Amino acid sequence: MEPIFAVLVGLFFAAAVYLLLSKFIIRVLLGVAILGNAVNLAIFASGRILRDVPPVIGAGLDVSAGPTANPLPQALILTAIVISFSFFSFLLVLSWRAYRVMGTDNTDEMRVAEPEGEAPPPLRY
Amino acid sequence: MATFSAPADLSAALVMTPTPLVDWLVILPVAWCILTGAVLMMLRHRVRAHAVLAVPAPVLLVALNAALLAHVAVSGPVTMVVGRWLPPFGIAFTVDLTGALFALTAGIVALAGSVAALDDIDDSRRRYGFYPFLMLLMAGVNGAFLTGDIFNLYVWFEVLLISSFGLLVLGSERGQIDGAVKYGFLNLIATTLFLIATGLLYGVFGTLNMADIALKAEAAPDRIPLMTLTALFALAFGMKAAAFPVNFWLPASYHTPRIVVSALFAGLLTKVGIYALIRVGVMLLPMSLDRLSPMLSLVAVLTMLTGAFGALAQTDIRRLLGFLVVSGIGAMLAGIALGGPDGIGGAIFYALHSIVVMTALYLAAGLAARCGGSFSLAALGGLYRSHPGLSALSLMLVFSVSGLPPFSGFWPKVMLVKTAIDGGVWWLAASLLLAGFLTLIATARIFLLAYWRPLPGVAAVAAGEGPGCPVAVFWPLVALTALSLCVGLFPEPMLGLIRTAAASLIDPAAYIRSVFPQGLAP
Repeated sequence: MEPIFAVLVGLFFAAAVYLLLSKFIIRVLLGVAILGNAVNLAIFASGRILRDVPPVIGAGLDVSAGPTANPLPQALILTAIVISFSFFSFLLVLSWRAYRVMGTDNTDEMRVAEPEGEAPPPLRY
Repeated sequence: MATFSAPADLSAALVMTPTPLVDWLVILPVAWCILTGAVLMMLRHRVRAHAVLAVPAPVLLVALNAALLAHVAVSGPVTMVVGRWLPPFGIAFTVDLTGALFALTAGIVALAGSVAALDDIDDSRRRYGFYPFLMLLMAGVNGAFLTGDIFNLYVWFEVLLISSFGLLVLGSERGQIDGAVKYGFLNLIATTLFLIATGLLYGVFGTLNMADIALKAEAAPDRIPLMTLTALFALAFGMKAAAFPVNFWLPASYHTPRIVVSALFAGLLTKVGIYALIRVGVMLLPMSLDRLSPMLSLVAVLTMLTGAFGALAQTDIRRLLGFLVVSGIGAMLAGIALGGPDGIGGAIFYALHSIVVMTALYLAAGLAARCGGSFSLAALGGLYRSHPGLSALSLMLVFSVSGLPPFSGFWPKVMLVKTAIDGGVWWLAASLLLAGFLTLIATARIFLLAYWRPLPGVAAVAAGEGPGCPVAVFWPLVALTALSLCVGLFPEPMLGLIRTAAASLIDPAAYIRSVFPQGLAP
């Protein structure tokens, strides 16, 4: 299972990096979304994928009878999903707002904070 | 009724004795910040109440951090586990001297920022949540400094990042939106890289507890790609710390929000990246960091020089200071690349100095703009005559940030240059001195143009005339400058603490013993 997952994660990362390199905010956003999923899959695979039973201890037992799946990667992914989702929604709203305010989603033209052709500081007085 | 098997031995998995009262200090700074953040959030619309809470909350935070530092300095690293689960299963908060020093300095800066915000942040920005964001930012910053679990460190990074987004866009001016887009995307990618590295680290070692990782990395077989992991961590933290060549988000965004927000960001955020690099690189993965150090030295030199040259070319004081933040990060990276107790100690000392002085410089720039009407070096002038007190403070800060005695910037620079020369890395020592010299030119130009030169065509304003300095910003500035001066004049106690801190990072035996008091976990 892991090799297949590794290839899949690689494809996700490639697509994400390609989109992140774009000048247009909307594509960068899509890249961020895919990057988040790529990371989650990577964590899932690094926790080892096994066909073990769920980590639930049966009634009347203090320890599980046989080997169980590792629940920790899922807990990590769950945390990461919540965080990346909230960040994605924030950035989505921010990008939309930026598009409204600046009239462009081309990052090359977003020069409000750093205007082009600023004069250098005075060298003498 | 079912027959029960013999009860499991709970003491193998749980802490059975109650935590000593004094050890609760480990968790209190974070808990206090979250609590006050939540209360302030509930009082969002009652902006008058904010002012009542805004000063006592960070005062208590500083007190808690100071008590924690005293406790750690006396009794060594302290661990508290969450939910009584023994490490490495439970999430551990482990505080050593490094973490406590960073947390205390951050608390002091937050207090200064909180007081200055009484004047700088208006009612509408308070209604949109300046103070709740500030306290939650401090929760994230303190959490990052105090945690002993690497995934938890990632979560605190996200807490401080989302609060910083809130602070950055407060007011929603066009420039702020523009700056926030660049800041937001690049920082999110940086934390995602951090998460990738953490996931892979978990895949390799099967643990997230830092002490456990430090132990297992020491005995790791060669086939484990630790080099790749360390490089990934270095890239992620370098991006957060604004190291060359991933530094461009910082000068693009730090000048856009209100000056208090800029001051807090310049002081706190990049240093969390440096702290994380020190913690993960020096303590957890020292072998591979050693092999990475030529690369890191090169990055350090380029960061120092791009920052310093960038600062020389700026007209807007805030943007100039943004480049100086970057230049300082280069000096800290140089210390990490040099390694050894003096290199790491120099990096820690420089980071603490930079937290205080960069915040103070931004506050001073805010006052200069308030009194002189502009942030532009082309328009300012004559402040020396009208505001002698502010001018004196600014001159002291110019000296401090350039690393001149008798201020706090001098000692870390001495440590770093001496370590570089002792190690035979003359080009690193030369770049440190050159960057300091260029910083002096850039900041002295601020003093010369904004304070010293008489404004052409305007009748000279006598002292005490013209717009006055708001006291709520002036006194925090005085306090921060005095702190820099005191540390510069009496560096011995600080140097002692920092030497111990660096030594315990390089040999984390005490840290590990604090996490696993009964010996190793299975």
